[in-house]
Amino acid sequence: MTIEEILQTPPFSLDKAAKSSMLTERLMSLTQRHIAACPEYAAMMCGAGFNSQSCESYCDIPFLPVSLFKALDLKSIPDEGVFKIMTSSGTSGQAVSRIYLDRVTASNQQKALVKIVSEFTGSARMPMLIIDSPSTLKNRAMFSARGAGILGFSIFGADKAYALDDDMNLDLPAVEAFLEKHRGKRIFLFGFTFMVWLHFYKELQKLARKPDLSAGVLIHGGGWKRLAGEAVSKDEFKLRLRDACGLADIHDYYGMVEQTGCVYMECERGHLHASAYSDVITRNHIDFSPCAFGESGVVQVVSVLPESYPGHSLLTEDEGVILGEDDCPCGRKGKYFHINGRLQMAEIRGCSDTYAVTR
Amino acid sequence: MNHSEKYEAAFVSALGISKDDLPGLQYQGVAAWDSIGHMQLIFALEEAFGIMLDTSDIIDLSSFEKGKELLRKYDVEL
Repeated sequence: MTIEEILQTPPFSLDKAAKSSMLTERLMSLTQRHIAACPEYAAMMCGAGFNSQSCESYCDIPFLPVSLFKALDLKSIPDEGVFKIMTSSGTSGQAVSRIYLDRVTASNQQKALVKIVSEFTGSARMPMLIIDSPSTLKNRAMFSARGAGILGFSIFGADKAYALDDDMNLDLPAVEAFLEKHRGKRIFLFGFTFMVWLHFYKELQKLARKPDLSAGVLIHGGGWKRLAGEAVSKDEFKLRLRDACGLADIHDYYGMVEQTGCVYMECERGHLHASAYSDVITRNHIDFSPCAFGESGVVQVVSVLPESYPGHSLLTEDEGVILGEDDCPCGRKGKYFHINGRLQMAEIRGCSDTYAVTR
Repeated sequence: MNHSEKYEAAFVSALGISKDDLPGLQYQGVAAWDSIGHMQLIFALEEAFGIMLDTSDIIDLSSFEKGKELLRKYDVEL
């Protein structure tokens, strides 16, 4: 299958056998492509003893540690083919990942995102309230992960407003005017988890008359670690938001700038889902062998999208557990899983987490 | 303004470029038409014609000429 054909596939329609054969073909082809075009990658594959003949499944393709994109400029395109460099949201003092995109990869990222998210929000665009400040998008040439997230999700918004001002204060008049303008319509809210909690929920809580967001759907992501310090669980986050403003349709997502586009959305049953365009494999901490379902391990992510940089198979610094495959009660095919959090000793990163650290 | 003029005006105002740059203009062809500029352009076109584009058409709108073709779906003849 070509990447165009893959992206025509409904994202939660492939069962284990169909997905595995599609992923194996595509990811092997990406591996060959990056070996041919990225000398550093080729050297690493050589060092890892990679032999395409002995690879039976995409699970056998070596993975790069995600932190490598901080240390090395890894790209599989000539300099003149680069039109966007995305960076991870490292705090000051931490190195950031640099991800080189060409037109094709960037465009496929946006297509994949649309396909995946539409399965949860519907394909109609909605008025969009961004739980962040307008200044996040100021530097156009170099996006932080936060800016890229906002921009990527903007495609689901018709008309848009920012809920926070440039000093991260709740801009209540702007929020109220926006809700008044779109009264009776479904509203799309997007923001990073910690920002939603600290600058939106906590401020709403103080208000005598709270805006009614019962017609809203919130998509949030970027990390829970800072909320752990506030002792907020996923369930409580939802419950409290519902109590504060009626917001009941809430989806977390898991994703990273190194594999932009392939987000893992939380379904109605509270499970994160891998789409047909990417997959998760959990690995044993000691020998990196694949874990059984139900067993916690280090999360590896693979994605069909990266053509301009060798990031199609990455070992994250997160720990998670795969709950099952093809049989989530929500009806979506593919693996569903839970992220436990960051590995011990790993750097703090994640859009909302790093924001909190720098405060 | 007729439809063609409105269409050009949306590009000019959203991307801050001159009318002379428009024929043959491609997405990413000028610095201003990057992914941020693209959403500004979409909002400008929607406002100018009172329409709402599908997400797939937003992705497909890759050039000045392609946009004209896509807008026909929304009964905007250029």
